[in-house]
Amino acid sequence: MSTRLATSGRLIDRSKQVAFTFNGKRFTGHAGDTLASALLANDQMLMGRSFKYHRPRGVVASGAEEPNALVNLGEGVTHEPNARATTTELFEGLKATSQNHWPSLEFDVGAINQKFARFLPAGFYYKMFIHPRPFWKHIYEPFIRHSAGLGKAPDAETRDPDTYEHFYAHVDVLVVGGGVAGLQAALTAGQSGLKVLLIEQTAFWGGRTPVDGGEIDGKSAEDWITEAVAALEVMPNVTLRTRCMGSGVYDHGYVLGYERLTDHAPEADGPRHRLWRIRTKQVVTATGAIERPLSFSGNDIPGVMLASAVRDYVVDYGVSIGDRTVVVTNNDDAYRTALTLKKAGLSVPAILDVRVHVHAPPLVAEAKAAGIRVLEGMGIAKVVGGQRVKGVAVCSQAGEGAMVEEIACDCVAMSGGWSPVVHLWSHCGGKLLWDEEHAFFRPDASRAPTGADGLPFVTTAGTANGHLHLNDALQDAHSAGKIALERAGGKAEAGAVVPQAQGPDEAAMTPVWLMPQGAGYELKMKAWLDYQNDVKVSDVQLAAREGYESVEHTKRYTTLGMATDQGKLSNINGLATLSNALGEAIPQVGTTTFRPPYTPISMGAIAGEARGEIFQPIRKTPIHAWHEKNGAAFEPVGHWRRPYCFPKDGESKHDAVMREVKNTRESLGLLDASTLGKIIVKGPDAGRFLDMMYTNMMSTLKPGKCRYGLMCSENGFLMDDGVVARIDEDTFLCHTTTGGAEHIHGHMEDWLQCEWWDWKVYTANVTEEYAQIAVVGPHARDLLEALGGMDVSKDALAFMEWKDGELAGIPARAYRISFSGELSYEIAVPASFGQAFWDLCMQVGAQWNITPYGTECLHIMRAEKGFIMIGDETDGTVIPQDLGLNWAISKKKEDFLGKRAQERSHMTDPTRWKLVGLLTEDKSVLPDGAYAIKDGRNANNQRNTQGRVTSTYHSPMLERGIAMGLVLDGPERMGEIIHFMKDDGETLVAAKIVSPVFYDPEGEKQNV
Amino acid sequence: MSEPVSPLMNARYEGLVTIEEIGPMGMITLRGDLAATDLRRAATAPTGVEMPQMREASTADGKGILWMSPDEVLVLCAYADVPGTVQSMTDALVGTHALVANVSDARAVFRLTGANVREVLAKLSPADLSPEGLPLGEVKRTRMAQVPAAFWLESEEEATVICFRSVADYVMGLLKTAAHPASAVGFF
Repeated sequence: MSTRLATSGRLIDRSKQVAFTFNGKRFTGHAGDTLASALLANDQMLMGRSFKYHRPRGVVASGAEEPNALVNLGEGVTHEPNARATTTELFEGLKATSQNHWPSLEFDVGAINQKFARFLPAGFYYKMFIHPRPFWKHIYEPFIRHSAGLGKAPDAETRDPDTYEHFYAHVDVLVVGGGVAGLQAALTAGQSGLKVLLIEQTAFWGGRTPVDGGEIDGKSAEDWITEAVAALEVMPNVTLRTRCMGSGVYDHGYVLGYERLTDHAPEADGPRHRLWRIRTKQVVTATGAIERPLSFSGNDIPGVMLASAVRDYVVDYGVSIGDRTVVVTNNDDAYRTALTLKKAGLSVPAILDVRVHVHAPPLVAEAKAAGIRVLEGMGIAKVVGGQRVKGVAVCSQAGEGAMVEEIACDCVAMSGGWSPVVHLWSHCGGKLLWDEEHAFFRPDASRAPTGADGLPFVTTAGTANGHLHLNDALQDAHSAGKIALERAGGKAEAGAVVPQAQGPDEAAMTPVWLMPQGAGYELKMKAWLDYQNDVKVSDVQLAAREGYESVEHTKRYTTLGMATDQGKLSNINGLATLSNALGEAIPQVGTTTFRPPYTPISMGAIAGEARGEIFQPIRKTPIHAWHEKNGAAFEPVGHWRRPYCFPKDGESKHDAVMREVKNTRESLGLLDASTLGKIIVKGPDAGRFLDMMYTNMMSTLKPGKCRYGLMCSENGFLMDDGVVARIDEDTFLCHTTTGGAEHIHGHMEDWLQCEWWDWKVYTANVTEEYAQIAVVGPHARDLLEALGGMDVSKDALAFMEWKDGELAGIPARAYRISFSGELSYEIAVPASFGQAFWDLCMQVGAQWNITPYGTECLHIMRAEKGFIMIGDETDGTVIPQDLGLNWAISKKKEDFLGKRAQERSHMTDPTRWKLVGLLTEDKSVLPDGAYAIKDGRNANNQRNTQGRVTSTYHSPMLERGIAMGLVLDGPERMGEIIHFMKDDGETLVAAKIVSPVFYDPEGEKQNV
Repeated sequence: MSEPVSPLMNARYEGLVTIEEIGPMGMITLRGDLAATDLRRAATAPTGVEMPQMREASTADGKGILWMSPDEVLVLCAYADVPGTVQSMTDALVGTHALVANVSDARAVFRLTGANVREVLAKLSPADLSPEGLPLGEVKRTRMAQVPAAFWLESEEEATVICFRSVADYVMGLLKTAAHPASAVGFF
């Protein structure tokens, strides 16, 4: 059984008890424990069920590479799936549940799957469930999704109560990894005075070295680490962060760091995670290495663990996995585990070493001297046990698995060698080379990730660079720190003394990809490569037999290396198995692609501050608060929120809109038009420039006058419209649509800066400088006259003229323009006076029943007059000619943007659909976007069409539905009846083709 | 005549830094050849400060000139002085190709005070907020989260932030979040 030892546990504080629950059961751990170590201390070995076969699984590792011990953390609003127990720091009140089990962790119905493992090999789902086709969606997939899968997704209705943030940091050298190599690289780089940031994913410094031992400069490794951290802390140019993982390395020295601020102390105030968005000149990856499992039958039974993890639990947490541990290894490092266990007073019945030693290397000799039985040339045939290890069947590694003896034990510590963590090196294109001696991939320094200048921006250090011996790692880290600081433009400290480390020499390891090497099918189908995805040696071999040669294809076919751990333990074993099956060398098969993040990061950290009120900027006019207070129903227009209408108590939106139209047409309406774009265009060439921007002639416009203009893209399509006012000889003010302001300003600057850079024109976007308020209706002039200060009579301010002045003491520019067909003025006042002016209008206008109106009323009034709307009548494929706007296309101008495009054959095609008005025979409102059908069917067996609705409304003035649409030969077919299809695809609505001007066609209402 | 109203009516928040919406403040966009004598005179005469170098914020006594781009500066003055300043600048530039536009009402202005001003801004802007990346008196045109913004530091404990008026609420929300009292980073 696993239990807490009486002594040891350098990371835990035995004086502090921490209570937590797992699957509802109460447990106690110590401060400093991880969830995994605390569960093990309580003999809770079983932590989850596997993905496919629901096999019982316990923890295998002690860090970020853990594939099995994934749990649901928290509940309700704080529920989070797939948390690794090995990296979850214990806190008081922690609630965890195991995943992928039903009905209980100990008894799982799905475990029956393993009885059929023979029938669930790689690609089983693809092969089995492909026919009959409809079954997949309705029967197979829902069933498989229920029985497979990892953690529970959070309830869609819950809202994460925590906060998150981003932080942008600019540094010279970023060191990822706070082990001895990272510390040394940071010391070397830091001594140059450059800005250095050192980040470490765990809560403590030093990495594995305090567990693995060794001496540095004659001091214990732990003392050296403490001193190194202290030395870094006093350097003003160095920043250190623990609990901050280097998540991904991207182009241009961009690196993401994932800092977990309060995961270990959820009651603390402040953000839970902080995403560091780092810009660095150089990156040093000192990310260490991960131990590899060995592939033998039953290597997934709880109690089989990585040798390094077994000693981590003893040294770091004072936890023993079992009383009797068999160590199985192909290298010297695992002997450290045997020695550590022995020192802790635990029994090590045997070390099974696949190698045969002529001369025992130091660690082997030490183990033998300690009285541990070392069986050379031996391995494990299979593990005995179900939910727990009971023993191992020992066999010769060279054979087929004939049992030599059975050794009773409750823990197996395995080591298949080490793999440098090359993820961050690889993220941005760093290449790897295969190291035959150690049987691992390590970074190829000659093919490093390169920056914009073509020079390397990532250096790797220590174990991550393949230097497994402590002193090699230290020396390498110093040199990596030096390379990085020099590449970052710094100068290395002259005569820097590099610390020297002492540790035992190690003999060469022997690669083992299958144990025993001649294992038959029965053994191989229980020899797990990927614990998280239940992929076995037999699955990868099957994939190879079925023709999967590429490692990327094999990954997707077998699911090897997928899911939340992305194959941290399984990758090398899996691809070695594949390469053996294919008869190719490992480097020829290669690795799958390493992609960020290194381990999963929270969605909250990615979102940062963007949630709730500040999820997205909402643009507000100076009168927005009034709209809110007065019950406006808003609609989004670009990033603005504009009132759609202002329903009164109990009034429907439709009724409100009808009332707004009627009151405006019959008396007086008020519209907040502040969102309209306003761009000043100034300079001696401004007229010439606007002649190019607009389809019509702007240069002939007289100061004091306004002109409606159309703007086309260079492809001829209509993209914006608005009224242009000429302010003086050199200055124009161009109004754009609400959504077009920034885009049109950019479009103008693009042409000015890139094409006509020698034209003398300056532009300025002054959209937000003004609150612009439309005063509309028969009493519009009465209101302005009552406000007083400006002559707005017909003679003083005629239609399509503008004038500066004051209204009620507020500086104002009055444009006499109309988008409704009514007598109408748009009054621009400084935004800081917008609310005051609006209030005055409401107050003084009360005598004429002044009615604030929204965008829908605006739309109906413009549609009643047959005015087009960008985005309704246009959709990026419509040219002005389609809309009967030929009058606004100058024939005199030599050129304008879109002119040549509009001369192309498709643009001049007489069969292009053209704008007409549509009146339904039954007075109903046509569905928006409805198509007019024509006889016959097309090649896709769809009904032929001859037009479509672009705008459709109920007109309160005409008391019937009105619509505009684009129709084949429309303008020549006045009076003809055509039929539109409703949404149901069956019902036809008859509509008569008419002029699009439905209301006051003579324009008498605005001509007053 | 009524008084001009700033978008957030001088809202205030105290956290890692103190945030105040100040203003209205006079702001005049001036575009033209920044090397030309009459343009330099048009900018410096009403403000009494030196013409800024590239990226510089040249400010004193509530007046100033901010370098915005190779052909644009922003002239700062008291809100009430804007009409007169625009007039004098326009007069000084008669016959010169230049653009003078009052943009005082198009913006919101925030003052940040406290020891953590760099840190609060560095949570929202991708710009380098270190003393080397943004020396005192240098203006940065950048973004804060999802909107454009500009800022400069008058001292290590005082920053001025300018954004568009329509997103004043959003920017105040951002600043309040970034200045949450328990969210200090301790980087600078």
